[in-house]
Amino acid sequence: MSDTQWKLWEVFVQVKTGKPHEHVGNVHAADAEMAIQNARDVYARRDKLTSIWVVPSELITATTPNDNDSFFDSVDSKIYRHPLFYKIPKGVSVDVE
Amino acid sequence: MSNNNLLNYVLALADDRLILSHRLAEWCGHAPILEEDIALTNIALDSLGQASLFYKYAADIEGNGRTEDDYAYKRSEREFRNLLLVEQANQDFAYTLARQFFFDAYELFLYEELLKSSDSQLQAIAEKSIKETKYHIRHSTQWMLRLGDGTDESKLRIQAACDYLWMYVGEMFTNLEEENDLIINNIIPANKLLWNKWFDFVSDVMKEATLITPPPDAFMQSGGRHGIHTEHLGHILADMQYLPRTYPNAKW
Repeated sequence: MSDTQWKLWEVFVQVKTGKPHEHVGNVHAADAEMAIQNARDVYARRDKLTSIWVVPSELITATTPNDNDSFFDSVDSKIYRHPLFYKIPKGVSVDVE
Repeated sequence: MSNNNLLNYVLALADDRLILSHRLAEWCGHAPILEEDIALTNIALDSLGQASLFYKYAADIEGNGRTEDDYAYKRSEREFRNLLLVEQANQDFAYTLARQFFFDAYELFLYEELLKSSDSQLQAIAEKSIKETKYHIRHSTQWMLRLGDGTDESKLRIQAACDYLWMYVGEMFTNLEEENDLIINNIIPANKLLWNKWFDFVSDVMKEATLITPPPDAFMQSGGRHGIHTEHLGHILADMQYLPRTYPNAKW
């Protein structure tokens, strides 16, 4: 069965200058300009944003669930990769999210 | 200068936006795609918000306790002074977009002039509203280009819509005689001065969209500003005013 919808675009929005663009969802649109407009109409209705990106979904290369073992699971036992063994010098503040 | 003339002018602008907003709201749940459904209803809400600003100002001018709800729900067809263009039926997506495009372009050039108004309230409303209108014109322009230069069917439909609605665009560039004092005192612009800008803009977009712009000297309808409407307005008001008229002061 073929999809009769227009092309799919992923939408990233920035809530404040300097902050990263974050993925909020997707929209259908025939081209980039309409994708930006649709993203604005769907995702910028309530909160004030500073920027929107749209990216054709087909251009995103993603891992598959099959990759999970080899890509992600092996980090479990590698505690030494976390910077827990450093003493933070006095006067340096750390911004932990 | 009579306050009554300013009141009537402000009410006419409010009525344009209320009726157009109602037409756009009719698309809610029916637009071709979800995203466009949201876009049209966003624009409907913007228009309703602008209508509300003008109605509130009208209430201030009149100063007899009438509210924006009274203007919207308790006036009859002959008291509405909206342009004939905005009450025209949605028909299909092309008619809706052509109507919107013609109106958005007029509204943008009107607000540019009202920004210079000697009336601080009109100036403030224009300043707040023009940001919304700039988005509306972007939205409708992009659709004109895509429908005109799209498929055979979309081109046929948008051209038919433009040809039909063209007789209603002339009214946007007229003023009532009673508005002369407002023009002389730099409170409102002479609408005929907006025509050249409007026609240049509209015909440029239509050309890019591979559409034929109807002739500028075509016969134009008028009457809306005098309260003489097409058959459509009565139906809109019946729909819009049914509840408040049947259950006065209903709360929910």
